[in-house]
Amino acid sequence: MNKNLILYLGILILGLTAPFIFPAFKVQLSILCILIVLATTWNIQGGEMGYNTFGNILFYGLGMYLCASVQVGMFFPLAEWTESGGEKTFVHSPTQFFQGMAAGLIVAAVVPTIVAGLIGYSILGLRGHYFAICTLGLGVAAGEISGGIEIIGAGQGFTTPPFPNVGGLEARGEFFYFLSFFALVLTFITVRAIYSTRFKLILNAIRDNEDKAEAMGIQTMKYKIIGWMVSAFFCGLAGGIMGGLVGYIDSTDVAFDGREMGVFMVLMAILGGKGTLWGPIIGATIFHIFKEGFWTFFLGWQYVALGVLIVVIVIYFPEGLMGWLREKYPERFGEVVDEADRKAQVELK
Amino acid sequence: MDFLVFQVPMLTVQALLDGLLLGILFALIAYGMALQWGVMNIINIAQGDLVILGGYIAYFMYLYGIHPGWGVIVSPIIMYFVGIGIYKLVINKVVDRDLFISILATFGISILFMQLMNFAFGADVVLANSGYGTTMLFENSVTLPNSKIFSAIVSIVFAIGLVVYMKRSKLGRAIRATAQNARAAKILGVDTEKVYAATFGINAALCGVAGALISITFTIHPYMGLPYTIRSFMIVIVAGLGNLPGVALSGMGLGIFEEFADYILGTEFRIGSVFLLLVLILVYRRFKLSRKREYLK
Repeated sequence: MNKNLILYLGILILGLTAPFIFPAFKVQLSILCILIVLATTWNIQGGEMGYNTFGNILFYGLGMYLCASVQVGMFFPLAEWTESGGEKTFVHSPTQFFQGMAAGLIVAAVVPTIVAGLIGYSILGLRGHYFAICTLGLGVAAGEISGGIEIIGAGQGFTTPPFPNVGGLEARGEFFYFLSFFALVLTFITVRAIYSTRFKLILNAIRDNEDKAEAMGIQTMKYKIIGWMVSAFFCGLAGGIMGGLVGYIDSTDVAFDGREMGVFMVLMAILGGKGTLWGPIIGATIFHIFKEGFWTFFLGWQYVALGVLIVVIVIYFPEGLMGWLREKYPERFGEVVDEADRKAQVELK
Repeated sequence: MDFLVFQVPMLTVQALLDGLLLGILFALIAYGMALQWGVMNIINIAQGDLVILGGYIAYFMYLYGIHPGWGVIVSPIIMYFVGIGIYKLVINKVVDRDLFISILATFGISILFMQLMNFAFGADVVLANSGYGTTMLFENSVTLPNSKIFSAIVSIVFAIGLVVYMKRSKLGRAIRATAQNARAAKILGVDTEKVYAATFGINAALCGVAGALISITFTIHPYMGLPYTIRSFMIVIVAGLGNLPGVALSGMGLGIFEEFADYILGTEFRIGSVFLLLVLILVYRRFKLSRKREYLK
């Protein structure tokens, strides 16, 4: 336990000082935090519960639009804002900006949670690939439909309020970094707390055999919905922060970006090893570094690389990094290995 | 309700006819999906991108002065080998695995194809002009491009041809045997690996035909693939695997639904309504089955 405490403190200190150590990478670090949040919350479904969803992007995009809409709508007429392209006509004062952001983030986190609770009963009754395709459909449908709604900018996009002119040049980056780092810490604490309770065991039971879990008297649907709501909460929060960070919301390219972010979260969790606490975090970090490298050096070919990457990861590393480590050093993961039994199994293979 | 459809009754006829002809095309793509889903138990997210690729083959024939109508012959031949190539590179590694692995892997292929097509052909919306002209019906109040009629006829010919081929030929029998029980087929001397490759090739060829027809009748664009995948998935789950009349009927139904959604909700919600319909159908099936304490699986 003590060793863990030192580890967490070390990471916390590193996280708090990172924007000052690497001032040039503040935006990248903020995006990394958001990606870790998304991968970790995807892991609650895909890893622990065995429900491979493409639909968490729905909550992410919803949070993004809601946060920006509340931030604008609290002080100015929303329709005129989007029509004028935003920042030119109306200017947020610093107080308005931060008040709006706070209110927006609360709405961005709470509303997707409620939405997840409402649609959870219908959607989570599907299983396996039907669930995967259905959630894929949900995400794309949300993107297409929000692209047709005039008040949030329709096809031309939605400019989020620009950061007010306070605290110098570095203030914007630092503000968003600490916001996303806070979201990350909050997510990690929550998920870690969840994973140490009976709730995680129930999720795992659902993953391993839902019918048996139900036969044992577990109300599987209730737990599935709660799990999804937890994901939705953090996805919405992450979306709200990301919207402010990017500064511009487009329905299919930024918010409900099922082709990019929706797949990224799945990929990051799988790369790190789904069904583990640290897997998605490690996976997201590696993925982000790899992605940024590719995006910088092979501009234009990034999606080709992404497609190849997905295929390679899925085919050759379906268990991910943590799964590989677990195979290699099972003792470290608290598994007792009977050497004779293991040898017999290897021979069988 | 001041919808245009109700004000001008002939628009209803127009939408019905358009939807019907469009739906036959969808059914052809869905047929390919049902085939490989039934035989290999794989959901191919890249289905729509294969369609678009087939469309670009016809478009290129058009650019080089060959009539794009010949695309329905050339495109499936090329796409057959593309399909076999994809099978050899990726699909054969995911056949026996978890379905989600195949969904993700084909999603990767889909992104790859989308982007490669974007590089190779540009991001413009294009169509291959067939010059077939249009037919006017009901005192010129309903316009029907001949290319749509052509595409419907070609689709039907290909679908019937494939049904006959599956029933009569040796490979068709092998494919059906593998679909029923791959292990037993293997024991009885069917080279299932070859059958899988051929199935995926035939699926890709069907996509090629459909793509060539789409490039003649409608427009193609590198990023338009995913809706075709979702449409064919939807048609297959409504009709059920191996129910060919069902595939044809639900394909036409979807086509008509789309045309009416287009008129009533507006073009910007057309794709969105397709995806929403998928969600609604799945949820409906889920509630229907849950009454018997069963679930979609």
